Amino acid sequence: MTIKLRVNGVERVLDVDAEMPLLWVLRDVLDLTGTKYGCGQALCGACTVHLDGQVVRSCVTPVRRAEGRAVTTIEGLSADGKHPLQRAWSDLGVPQCGYCQAGQIMTAAALLAAKPRPSDDEIDHSLAGNLCRCGTYPRIRAAVRKAAGIADE
Amino acid sequence: MTRVGIRALVVLLLLSCAAPRGADEPRAALPASAPGELRAPTVFAVAFPDRAERSRALFLEAARVFLHPRCKNCHPDGDSPFQGDAPRLHDPPVLRGPEDKGIVGMECASCHQDRNLELARVPGAPTWHLAPRGMAWVGKTPHEICEQIKDPKRNGGRTLAKIVEHNAHDALVGWGWAPGAGRAPAPGSQAVFGSIVQAWVDSGAECPPEEARR
Repeated sequence: MTIKLRVNGVERVLDVDAEMPLLWVLRDVLDLTGTKYGCGQALCGACTVHLDGQVVRSCVTPVRRAEGRAVTTIEGLSADGKHPLQRAWSDLGVPQCGYCQAGQIMTAAALLAAKPRPSDDEIDHSLAGNLCRCGTYPRIRAAVRKAAGIADE
Repeated sequence: MTRVGIRALVVLLLLSCAAPRGADEPRAALPASAPGELRAPTVFAVAFPDRAERSRALFLEAARVFLHPRCKNCHPDGDSPFQGDAPRLHDPPVLRGPEDKGIVGMECASCHQDRNLELARVPGAPTWHLAPRGMAWVGKTPHEICEQIKDPKRNGGRTLAKIVEHNAHDALVGWGWAPGAGRAPAPGSQAVFGSIVQAWVDSGAECPPEEARR
């Protein structure tokens, strides 16, 4: 089936199975490997991308849902890798193993787009679906606060 | 038994047939419902000649669906839905948000698609979302559910006809009978459920008493 979608600002016409998870279209067809496979059941958040700005778990999202819509991955979050969240992630040394960070950052980016100065509770609630096996949650929250321009207490 | 005794018995039997039935007198029993089944409206028409009684009994039958985990789990009384047959809070932790569709980063549609995902076991149906707080069924009696279903202030401004339509044909309601991934479906079928709700409306949309079973 032919699927038309826009990925990181680039129009794509793909001949793929309509039920193929968006994650595998991104990674295997388009070679955008920044988005990770974690659980395959929408339980860990490693595969998080944006669909028209909304957070979706790409491992369970059939590519047909993206027909005619805009997909943003970690590669497309900023042109130079200097989105405020990416800078904060680097400045604070957030990642340990780093496997979850693309998903964490994509969810945090959607949060800041909707709520530029979120409370700690709002950060925790929005990121509750993004797991970090290394347990870097305090640094993740601090980086979101830093990217939002919220001073540490 | 003496002849007088037999006559007395016959008179008593005739009287019992002719006399109006008392409120607490047993009436024609409803046939037992097979597990996982709903009884058809025709059964209630036989068992409950009185229109109002029939209506109340029909709602109790419909309440077997309303209070089934596949249905009430997403009609929570708080901010989070439930999951499973022995309901536990939805995991990952999610919140209903301002439009009952989740919060940014954790929208219902972030994970739930327009159909079930058998391999990933993620349930799905069109417009997956929570019922508004005013339509909570968790912790409610059939009487309370009945009153709120009829209340346009809480039922989304629906008429009784719209309520029948919603229950009989809405795709998200219909998911309750096709939940996928080994989940126990709601009893009966959406078609029979819709006919019960229709019969309830047709018989006056009476609500069962507060003390009726949960």
